Amino acid sequence: MPPLHRETLEIVTEQDVVRTRHRVRQEAVRLGFKLIDQTKLVTAASELARNALVYGGGGTMTLETHADGGRTTLQLTFEDDGPGIADVEAALEDGYTTGGGLGLGLGGSRRLVSEFELVSHPGGGTRIRIARSV
Amino acid sequence: MSRETNERIPVLKLGDILLVTIQVDMHDQLALTLQNELTEKIVETQAHGVVMDISGLEIVDSFIGRMLSNLASMARVLDAETVVCGMQPAVAITLVELGLSLPGIRTALNAEQGIALLQGHPAAPVEARGHAPAAP
Repeated sequence: MPPLHRETLEIVTEQDVVRTRHRVRQEAVRLGFKLIDQTKLVTAASELARNALVYGGGGTMTLETHADGGRTTLQLTFEDDGPGIADVEAALEDGYTTGGGLGLGLGGSRRLVSEFELVSHPGGGTRIRIARSV
Repeated sequence: MSRETNERIPVLKLGDILLVTIQVDMHDQLALTLQNELTEKIVETQAHGVVMDISGLEIVDSFIGRMLSNLASMARVLDAETVVCGMQPAVAITLVELGLSLPGIRTALNAEQGIALLQGHPAAPVEARGHAPAAP
């Protein structure tokens, strides 16, 4: 089923990270997510948008809303053409970082959403899809 | 850099306490600017405490969390205690699920309690002063 809504935002500057947070919040409010679920989605989006910027050298976030059997799902896909993640399993563990951060971004965002899918190849960029339903 | 330097988060001095109220959704550079300004201000004013009101923050992600932790550590090295106050419940829940525990940071529910904590009388209600009964 095609999404009810689909849009793509560029993530090229730190201001774009703030903009993606605002857009995700706006859409989560519109779809009727509870405050705690809005906060989790926005926080996960912030982590992944920053990763795309810092580690991927910039990228995009594609926001989609899907309706399926009375449930509405907000899906966010972060894509970059950066160096990719060599060891995905390790990258999902708390405390693993190659960039001097806390290493909580990936594993932490996975805990904040109900769907999390990561595809990455060394040299081939990274694509992370997260989703939550209301 | 010129764009960022126009934006700043005000740091107010109240006695020997610095009060910082974060009302905007900070981008990362702004958070780092605050870190630098606040540490300079601690030295300049010889403040012994920092109250950081984050009631206006809708999220605290790992970057902002790390900024708060670093700030508390830097302040401690400069002989100032930091109290982070006003965190929204949804932010607190999300922060813990994200895996951040803000080690070494003291917290209070609001700015008033944060200031009271730093002044050594935690959560004491503010009462009329100057009319204390003489000791019998």
